[in-house]
Amino acid sequence: MFSAVWIVVANSWQQTPAGFKIVGEGFHARAEITDFWAMVFNPSSVERLLHVWFGAFLSGAFLVLSVHAYYLLKDRHIELSKKAMKIALSIATVFSLAQLFVGHLSAEGVAKNQPAKLAAFEGHYKSEGAADLYLFGWVDDENEKVFGPKIPGGLSFLLHSDFKSPVKGLDSFAKKDRPSQVNAIFQFYHLMVALGMSMIGLSLLSCFEMFRGRFFENKLLLKILVVSSLMPQLANQFGWFAAEMGRQPWVVYGLLRTSNAFSESVSASQILFSIILFAIIYSFLFILFIYMMNKKIQNGPEDMSDVDDRPHTKEISNVLVGE
Amino acid sequence: MFLGLDYETWWFLVVGALFSGYAILDGFDFGAGAWHLFFKTEKDRRIALNAVGPVWDGNEVWLVIGGGALFAGFPVFYATLFSSLYIPFKLFLVFLIFRAIAIEFRSKEESLLWRKSWDISYSVSSIALAFLLGVVLGNILQGIAIGDKYLYQGSGFFEFLGFYPVIVGLTTLALFMMHGAIYLLLKTEGELHQQITKLLKYGMIAFIVLYSITTLYSLIYYPHLSDKFKSYPVLFAIPFVAILSMANIPRLAAKKSYLNAFIFSSLTISMLLVLVAVELYPDLLISSIAPKYSLNIFNSASSKGSLEIMLIITAIGIPLVAAYTFFVYKTFWGKVKLDENSY
Repeated sequence: MFSAVWIVVANSWQQTPAGFKIVGEGFHARAEITDFWAMVFNPSSVERLLHVWFGAFLSGAFLVLSVHAYYLLKDRHIELSKKAMKIALSIATVFSLAQLFVGHLSAEGVAKNQPAKLAAFEGHYKSEGAADLYLFGWVDDENEKVFGPKIPGGLSFLLHSDFKSPVKGLDSFAKKDRPSQVNAIFQFYHLMVALGMSMIGLSLLSCFEMFRGRFFENKLLLKILVVSSLMPQLANQFGWFAAEMGRQPWVVYGLLRTSNAFSESVSASQILFSIILFAIIYSFLFILFIYMMNKKIQNGPEDMSDVDDRPHTKEISNVLVGE
Repeated sequence: MFLGLDYETWWFLVVGALFSGYAILDGFDFGAGAWHLFFKTEKDRRIALNAVGPVWDGNEVWLVIGGGALFAGFPVFYATLFSSLYIPFKLFLVFLIFRAIAIEFRSKEESLLWRKSWDISYSVSSIALAFLLGVVLGNILQGIAIGDKYLYQGSGFFEFLGFYPVIVGLTTLALFMMHGAIYLLLKTEGELHQQITKLLKYGMIAFIVLYSITTLYSLIYYPHLSDKFKSYPVLFAIPFVAILSMANIPRLAAKKSYLNAFIFSSLTISMLLVLVAVELYPDLLISSIAPKYSLNIFNSASSKGSLEIMLIITAIGIPLVAAYTFFVYKTFWGKVKLDENSY
């Protein structure tokens, strides 16, 4: 949790820089710190940190739900799984709801501090009149149109509690100051929101079933929970994609363009080489991780009395030490 | 100014101390890993792996802190160095990954092929990492083709592998293998221990030969590296202490006083880095194109405000890391005994 603090603070400073002054001109211009705490608690730090933390809690909770739902379906570790699922379900319910609240705060912050980014999230072009809220859709950036079902004035209402207040749209920004991939940003953002809503729905449905005493027998729900561990993972990824692509064309919002920030002495071929190399390595690591994870889950804890021990490792090493 | 020294010099000392700590600590586990394939039985390999198992990741924390301090203190140097030596640093990262997963995954399967593959991954990565560290150091000592706007003017994928960097790389590898062998002697018993005493001899010979070549080559071809010693003869004390410290290692090894030998191989590593620091100061990266493009601690430092705040954070942080390091070594002191939680 503490390492997340500094990573998110640094990234938030790129979104909403604060606590600095610009010294020097042209090539030698740089931001120098004037106020450490203003820099740490820049306008987006707190809500973004909470958003990242809650995303991590949800990843943990849904992983536990997934593994133990699998055990229940396989009729293994029944007692342990029931206990674990109760705890994980409480965490999933509390934090999926809290995430909605924090996510909303964060969006309000984006609207205030990075209006072009929020406009890209929502595919919102026209600054005048009421702003609509698209549930899903497809953005035609060329003609500045969005196709899809919408709530008229919905975005105005979410931000200003009034269906008619105008919201700054992409047409308030010159083309060179807008993110270029509006459709992709729109999709990532909407997928994240949709996944978040699904997690709320799934948690509440599970609570309801638990309350009715049918949860552990509901095979369909358990099957859905087995694959549900992908939901927070994907939501976290999509959220980061939306946040980072939405900040473009800036690497530090409003101050430094990405096109001025890259390293000129590293050639394109070197970059290509390293991207391909790391794509291969990470695919390999991913396969290895899935294999190991599956093995660990299949082995499982031996029985309730042995939960805190590590029986699996013990078995292998006994074989080894005895050679 | 703080205690009579400017902040830039303080940061030069902080970064130097952190990398010296890193070289001593990760140096011995790279060195131990480099010997890994010399051990033939499954049990020997597991003992050798478990000698570094509980500490290698803590050792690499020093790299993270050193890199962080470099980034915080001298961002221009950090950016220029990593962009200029992009390929070696990317390779370094690849080998760090393969070494880490080899240590963690090796014992998770019983299959012989699985274990052999991870043994090779572990040992080859350890060798490559020690070598690449030396190659980077060699490039820094030799000077890098930096032009206007800190832009690297070199070309070619393998330009970082010049003759001098390769020699410094091999010297570093030999130094770490000697250092790692001494560490393994502290952690092993019986036949394996006997085998490592032989390996240590090869390590010491290789290091002394390679170190002599590096020194001669530096004196002849890179006179800028010894300028300062001509102007301030008192500085000859540093190489003198370094050589005394090196000479002490075979003496102590012959007396089977391995803990003292380890202390002196650690001292050797830090004295060699002090030597590098004195040769460079106040420069950090010498441009091989023109001196006006060189980076020194003043033109590549952060703002005074950042240096001041970061110095306070470092003053709190380093004792914590040192305490953690001390605690881990105290816990795992003595010969390796395999049990159910071993790697």
